[in-house]
Amino acid sequence: MPVISATKDVDTLTMTFVAEFEATVERVWQIWADPRKLERWWGPPAWPATFERFEFEPGGQARYYMTGPDGTKAHGWWTITAIEAPHRLEFDDGFADENAEPIDPKDAMHDTVTIEAAGDRTRMTTVTSFSSVEQLERMVEIGVEEGMREAQNQIDELLAA
Amino acid sequence: MVVGHLSEADADRVFHALADATRRDILTTVIRSGQSVSELARQYPMSFAAVQKHVAVLERAALVSKTRRGREQIVHGEVTALRRVALLLDAYEAIWRHRADRIAGILNDD
Repeated sequence: MPVISATKDVDTLTMTFVAEFEATVERVWQIWADPRKLERWWGPPAWPATFERFEFEPGGQARYYMTGPDGTKAHGWWTITAIEAPHRLEFDDGFADENAEPIDPKDAMHDTVTIEAAGDRTRMTTVTSFSSVEQLERMVEIGVEEGMREAQNQIDELLAA
Repeated sequence: MVVGHLSEADADRVFHALADATRRDILTTVIRSGQSVSELARQYPMSFAAVQKHVAVLERAALVSKTRRGREQIVHGEVTALRRVALLLDAYEAIWRHRADRIAGILNDD
């Protein structure tokens, strides 16, 4: 398991997630910088992501959609607010309408990604801040199937042990 | 997963209420056991009226409720709203756990 810790702050609606990977800083950076790689892990397994626009530079815009099991599309947008390759990426992430335009540009989650060497591994820290409980609820709604799968995997592991 | 709905206005009241250390402390106290406002007032270096105001903020956020015991009002903790937010953050953590697993998979493949 690459996960080191997940710290949640209920008061400020923030989650800090730390994971370590057996790869160089540059390769972990590419997971974010290359939209074809990003598509392979950003959406929940049942909601694969497609990035239609991807400007990986400060002030750059990204537009993506995730396709649900019944064909429903959930559109999202990013505005990249900071990039210091290959160590730091910050962006706002919000929900978009079916024309891929932001529903409310101020209604965004904010993500800060830090990638740094940790011995012979690479540590990735992501801090996500939500601006409302509704936003968090909607993210979770999209990821629900994944959450249930996670629970199922844990049960399977316990049974196999 | 069933997560109860919390409106934005409700959420604002919860976060405002929890932003104050005294109110967090009062909440922790009354979650353990219900107390009257006068019992609470004896535990804090502030006036009865100030403690009453803090309790009122917690009550508006539905974090505490009051019941009557004779002439006194007993304050009880209501953790449902807080628990809902905590559940949501737990579910969001699951999303990131899966992402980390898939990132590890992609790094191994390439």
